[in-house]
Amino acid sequence: MNGSRVRALLVWSACIIIAAIVVVRARYITDLSAFLPDKPTPTQQLLVDQLRDGPASRLILIAIEGADADTRAKLSRALAAALRRDARFARVENGEPVTEQADREFLFMHRYLLSDEISAQRFSAAGLHAAIGDSVADLASPTGLLFKSLLPRDPTGELLHIIDQLSATTGPETRDGVWVSPDGKRALGVAQTAASGSDSDAQERAVAAIRAAFATAGAQGGSAAAQGAPAAAPGPAVLKLSGPSVFAVAARAKIESAALRLSLIGGALVVTLLLAVYRSLPALGLGLLPVASGALVGIAAVALGFGVVHGLTLGFGTTLMGESVDYSIYFFIQSRNLRDSGAERSSWAERWWPTVRLGMLTSVCGFASLLPSGFPGLQQLGLYSMSGLVTAALVTRFVLPALLPKAFSVHDVTPIGAAIAAVLAPIAQLRRVVVAACALILALLASLILYLHHASLWNRQLSALSPVSIEEQNFDAELRAELGAADVRDLIVVSGPDLESVLRGAELAAGALQPLLDQKIIGSFDSPAAYLPSMAAQEARRGSLPNASQLRDNLRQASTGLAIRFERLQPFLEDVEAARHGPLLSARDLSGTSLNTGFESMILHQKERWNALLPLHGAEAGQEIDLPRVAAALHAAHLDAARVLDLKRESDDLYTDYLGEAIHLALAGFAAVAILLLVALRSALRVALVLCPLILAVLVVAAALAACQVQLTILHLVGMLLIVAVGSNYALFFDRQGHAGERSSLPVLASLVIANAGTVIGFGLLSFSRVPVLVALGCTVAPGAFLALVFSALLAPPGAARAP
Amino acid sequence: MRIPSLLAALLLSGSAAAAPAAAAGDLDALMTLLAQRQHGHVQFVEQQFLSVLDHPLESSGEMRYDAPDRLEKRTLAPRAETLILDGGILTVDRGKSHRVVDLHAYPQAQPFIESVRATLAGDRGALEKLFALEFDGSLARWTLTLVPKDAKVKRSVAQVRIDGAQDQLLKVEIRQSDGDRSLMTLRPAATP
Repeated sequence: MNGSRVRALLVWSACIIIAAIVVVRARYITDLSAFLPDKPTPTQQLLVDQLRDGPASRLILIAIEGADADTRAKLSRALAAALRRDARFARVENGEPVTEQADREFLFMHRYLLSDEISAQRFSAAGLHAAIGDSVADLASPTGLLFKSLLPRDPTGELLHIIDQLSATTGPETRDGVWVSPDGKRALGVAQTAASGSDSDAQERAVAAIRAAFATAGAQGGSAAAQGAPAAAPGPAVLKLSGPSVFAVAARAKIESAALRLSLIGGALVVTLLLAVYRSLPALGLGLLPVASGALVGIAAVALGFGVVHGLTLGFGTTLMGESVDYSIYFFIQSRNLRDSGAERSSWAERWWPTVRLGMLTSVCGFASLLPSGFPGLQQLGLYSMSGLVTAALVTRFVLPALLPKAFSVHDVTPIGAAIAAVLAPIAQLRRVVVAACALILALLASLILYLHHASLWNRQLSALSPVSIEEQNFDAELRAELGAADVRDLIVVSGPDLESVLRGAELAAGALQPLLDQKIIGSFDSPAAYLPSMAAQEARRGSLPNASQLRDNLRQASTGLAIRFERLQPFLEDVEAARHGPLLSARDLSGTSLNTGFESMILHQKERWNALLPLHGAEAGQEIDLPRVAAALHAAHLDAARVLDLKRESDDLYTDYLGEAIHLALAGFAAVAILLLVALRSALRVALVLCPLILAVLVVAAALAACQVQLTILHLVGMLLIVAVGSNYALFFDRQGHAGERSSLPVLASLVIANAGTVIGFGLLSFSRVPVLVALGCTVAPGAFLALVFSALLAPPGAARAP
Repeated sequence: MRIPSLLAALLLSGSAAAAPAAAAGDLDALMTLLAQRQHGHVQFVEQQFLSVLDHPLESSGEMRYDAPDRLEKRTLAPRAETLILDGGILTVDRGKSHRVVDLHAYPQAQPFIESVRATLAGDRGALEKLFALEFDGSLARWTLTLVPKDAKVKRSVAQVRIDGAQDQLLKVEIRQSDGDRSLMTLRPAATP
């Protein structure tokens, strides 16, 4: 073993050890953040925060199905009661009236600061007369009677008004005291976790806690039901959960299991393939060395470059295997072939390494185009693939020869090559003009299909990338529609430098929204200022309360003609006097009541920026809110700090932007590949002959996907990039042989086919996964790589790919 | 038992004489009679005697009933209010205010509504779930006294007394536990 080989081994060992340490110490994440932009605009920032930490991200939607309505209602109550005792949940709602004593006392005590009806006018003689008249009339109705005992202290009905103000939203339908879907077939509920949505571990524990509480409730309720009604048994009650955190938890498990399972199965299949070809265990072990080294260095590079490694990047491990295992296949088979023909082993480095190197560089060029992407997920994939491929190629070139035993040899694959050449023979007899014409027709046909589908070719929804299946997404949408109130799709966001300014803005926005409420353009809205009015508003309200003697005079005048005598309202006079001298409310006063949760869910505080969120609700269930009119109303009121946000549309817009960006980057990557080839091959014709089969493969695959009604996503685009990356190796081999004027070597042909089989197996497996992003990649690359090889062989320059 | 009492009811109908009869049988007969009625439309005058107020509140309007569980109470004077009970959900509209109340969530409000609704529907099961029943008089002229069973409900409502003749309700009196009471007098609507 000479010095350079020892050096190669030492360098390699050192790199592997360092990479292993980095990999072990790296932080791995599995949420959707890989698909959120890394340099967002302020609106996008808000959106990202919303998706990651906002109230929506902490929401778990609960549905109980099966059994009978009575059992479902019982389970819903038992589950909610258990979760309300659990500190992991900030809020649990299932339609039960849990406006607890503490909340009510708080609202009643501070009614003259909280009610937006409070003004000097309301406490004038005329105002009091009208307000007290209303309250007295209220007593005639069954709901008003509940407040009968409060009349002497609250004759103007402020408490009822505040309660209306807070529960502006009409929630879902209620039956047996709990929320149900409109068809009554499922009981509904909402739990908001205390932990932030981005804390996947806490979210996982919260989801587990709900399932456990349901199991306990079911066990207790089940025995009671069995005693009560043994006759009807419509099946057991089933708990179904949905929501961002549930998805995140499920996605993590799914990605982890898919990545592991696919890597294992793919690995096993590739190992079997290699074993069948090499018929040598040492060859197998050595053959996997470049792959393993590449994966390790790839992950380490991502960990070093990004600080965190996304779970999906690991899921793409198989993709790297697809190409990097090819290098060792080329090396073993082609070097044996050379040796058989009398050449030295090292001559592989002279004969074929430049071709493999060029193929590797083309791939690196392609993947480099992902680096400037705005998606951290794509950046990671790019860096991972680049560093992995370079490593695998270098290990093949410098480490494998150093490790090869002297008498090493793999099984002769010439018969495989001969069999393939025999299959190709009839086509090889065709005149080149005919082959070219066929290729042109195929390209035109594919382009026509793509053109016919051009309107629906790309999926522009962020959800297309979600690791959550369509069924789960639909179920989530259904639950959200049924829960209505709990959904936060349309928001008004008021931004400002401090809490006071955003509360003030929220109050002004509420004023601007009033006409829209009257016109039923919106049904209702929530506001944090309903829970905690701005200091300015509180001060104004407190200041508008008349002094004791003034109020006494006004009240005396007001009570003439009313059914309630002035003397009875003495407690009212005392309460108002106390309120005049009481302190104003601050956010701290809300803690200890459940109102705090409602308030906090509508306030977003990031560094120096405060945001008040005002969720809008349609006038009817499922109604689309006319957001431009809302925006116009805010604009007319000169509320520059307030913006209308359609969360779903914003996130889809965001994705569309990134999709467009990715398309441009992919085209740029393709251009870079073309330039690289032009520099290396120094012939436009040769470059064209290398690129034609690749373009044709991409076109045919894209057309086939479109014809199958599959909408293309960013991941399909990445897949096309991979087709070019992997396929360029095949095309370059044929180019090399054709250019050298050699007849095609059967072992080289065999090595290409075996390498291709490995790639097709690796990616084909991905399409059986249940993670949409992996499926997209698999069903693009597996057929694409196969077609790239076939087209490369058929369109190869004369000489290459032809049987001797 | 069933046939004679029905017969008696037929014979007695129109007669002003209200002899105390075998209560259980007559209650059944009354419920059957009421259950046959699918729609009702009456005018009402309601008086509320509340200790917190110095003189009674009076309101009037019309009530419509569709079997088995839709009840609409439309108050016209002194101020308009519409109260619709559909299933267990009570919708109250007054001026701009629109309120939806799930009666399950407010058991103390149930006697005010369910007493009338279940009586109109002839739903003895529903009545007995919430109240202890006492029947007096005959089909021609009857009094049904409902006393809430639930202790919590009892704290707000002491009893509901419904007077009627055949399948018509004439008076509904609700006595609250604090001594307040309301009296609703019904008569068939002038127009069908």
